[in-house]
Amino acid sequence: MSLAGTVLRSRTLAALTSPHSVDRYLELVNPMWAAREVRARIVDVTREVDVPGHPPVATLTLQPTSTWRGHRAGQHVQVGVEVDGARRTTRVFSISSSDSRPGERFTITVRANPDASRRQSVSRWLVEHARPGTVLHLSQAQGDFVLPDRVPEHVVMISGGSGITPVMSMLRSLQRRSHRGRVTFLHYAQSPEHQIFAGELEEARRSGHGIDVHLLHPELGDPALSPAYLHRLVPGYRDVATWACGPAPLMEAVLASYDGSEALRTEYFRPPRAGTGASGGELVFSRSGAAAANSGAPLLEQAEAAGLTPESGCRMGICLSCVSRKSEGTVRNVVTGEESSLPDEDIRICVSAPVGDCTVYL
Amino acid sequence: MTNPGITLTTEQLEEFGDELDAIRQRILADLGEADASYIRDVVRAQRAFEVAGRALFYLPPAWPLAVAALSISKILDNMEIGHNVMHGQYDWMGDPGLNSRMYEWDNVCPSEQWKNSHNYIHHTYTNILGKDRDIGYGVLRMDEDQPWHPYYLGNPAYAFLLMVFFEWGVAMHDLEVENLVAGRRKVEDNAALHAGIMRKVRRQAVKDYLLFPALTGPLFPLTLAGNAAANLVRNVWAFNIIFCGHFPAGVATFSQEECEDETRGQWYFRQLLGSANITGSRLFHLMTGNLSHQIEHHLFPDLPARRYPEIATEVRELCERYGLPYNTGSLGRQLGSVAAKICRLALPDRRERSRTPGPVVAEPTAA
Repeated sequence: MSLAGTVLRSRTLAALTSPHSVDRYLELVNPMWAAREVRARIVDVTREVDVPGHPPVATLTLQPTSTWRGHRAGQHVQVGVEVDGARRTTRVFSISSSDSRPGERFTITVRANPDASRRQSVSRWLVEHARPGTVLHLSQAQGDFVLPDRVPEHVVMISGGSGITPVMSMLRSLQRRSHRGRVTFLHYAQSPEHQIFAGELEEARRSGHGIDVHLLHPELGDPALSPAYLHRLVPGYRDVATWACGPAPLMEAVLASYDGSEALRTEYFRPPRAGTGASGGELVFSRSGAAAANSGAPLLEQAEAAGLTPESGCRMGICLSCVSRKSEGTVRNVVTGEESSLPDEDIRICVSAPVGDCTVYL
Repeated sequence: MTNPGITLTTEQLEEFGDELDAIRQRILADLGEADASYIRDVVRAQRAFEVAGRALFYLPPAWPLAVAALSISKILDNMEIGHNVMHGQYDWMGDPGLNSRMYEWDNVCPSEQWKNSHNYIHHTYTNILGKDRDIGYGVLRMDEDQPWHPYYLGNPAYAFLLMVFFEWGVAMHDLEVENLVAGRRKVEDNAALHAGIMRKVRRQAVKDYLLFPALTGPLFPLTLAGNAAANLVRNVWAFNIIFCGHFPAGVATFSQEECEDETRGQWYFRQLLGSANITGSRLFHLMTGNLSHQIEHHLFPDLPARRYPEIATEVRELCERYGLPYNTGSLGRQLGSVAAKICRLALPDRRERSRTPGPVVAEPTAA
């Protein structure tokens, strides 16, 4: 660790800047100086594919602060942006570049979410508006969908849609580590035009390093994922180390094909569930593990009815004693009537009534 | 209960509440970049004053300037930033540095405890005698309905001490020392609070009375005195602004019975009658954390304080239409009024007041 880093993280400096953190001062001088927090400056934005009528995809190259601890291929990172110059919104993106070391540049590849409103969509903002020079807020890399240090001789990678990013990171890492074994790479895309990284994958296929690339488009007659198809490509595939990432239907097919095999590692992104505009649905209190049918009453009342005793105060939305983290679902503010569906959002449970299914950390 | 006998019919109260809700909605929908830049600018200014203050202590002739800069920094930190951020006024920004859950201020009172005593107790039960612990802070007699006792002959002296040691008074507020003395509270009940306060006190004291003075070497005593002076200036300023918010003449207090089962309109009504403003320039409002707009703050505690001046115009207009008082005056006038009350209530009531409490909510009278 550098001398500057040691000083910046010292107890003495923390005591001098108390009650604020050292980073609250550093960020005022230069947003790329940090003692503990992680930020990144966008250094490059490259359009991957741009099919008219379909959401564009872009790869962003990020220069993180020296506090970035690096990542292992397959991990993801939380990215926070101030979409309209004021509200910071955070989303998770897979890292698409090969393993990074502390402070080293990496890339994320982002598909603009066509369903989200411009104000709430980090992905749309990143693809459509982010420019080199923009500073983003990051978490450290997270997730255990990663390659082991000792990579098996034969590896299978299966992905669909945006799920290609973490496995692409793995493939790139294997190439950088000069992996000499065999890689079977399967990717399902809507059409050849939607295929990102096509040129690089074609090069990998022709490199002669044992990388079998299969880009599949079932809508154009390519085989869907099935045990029979997998057997034809990789005999005995259930015993071959496999990483799979993609949308729910593909992942269901993968899970069924591998039939509980321990060689399979998976990751998938659940689409946000939209509110139904009515009560009903199920409430999940994720800290206590309790659950209840949604009666449409404010969350505080429903939690109390379920036998929980969440912290609370004024019961009218002014004192913030009851703020809790909602991880999924839509809530309606009973005072303002405003609905919000953001994942991982802090809400005042005394004035927030769930609309449909909802998960709160209580 | 001190209530000037102002009444609204049930229907009027409901309309009054709806109109205030509409103001709130409009501001909420309009929050954006201007509000975010404003609070970031204030933070930047506060940090600049702090750095300047700490640096100027190395230049002994500049000692008064150093004290002034550090005092401004502490006042901004506590009032326009700390108080307002901890009300959740900027939570919508999603910035951890300006989030009510994480903010800690330059004050010996831990933010976690303050949010309970202030955001919850004081803002929910504003001016309800026996519920709002800000009435007299457990030391002073600030309302006619607090029974007189010879102890209160010291009212002006206690007020002076509370002013000088205000941040300590606020930190001890939650310990309910007066209830401990009276045997209504056990020492054990305070164990957790006590630990939190001591941790915060230690941090604040180490920084202001040990580390920064030590860093100036031979100037240690001067720097120490300067830091103490800045804390004192902040205490005196905060005490005076805060006491002008609820204690000048014409502010109503309420009994617990009359506030049972309040509607939203009644709650707004109580916040309005229980608060008082101070007039002044933009700079003055900034230095008070916009608590000079105490009325607007109590109506909308979680809206960014920079909006209070614009909201005030509408609230005044509303008050005129409903025939409600809007208590405002210069700092001198409001302070004089508070001081007079502190002195007057030191003495027993000279005569039994003719008490006509009456219900706050009157039924509509037949035309």
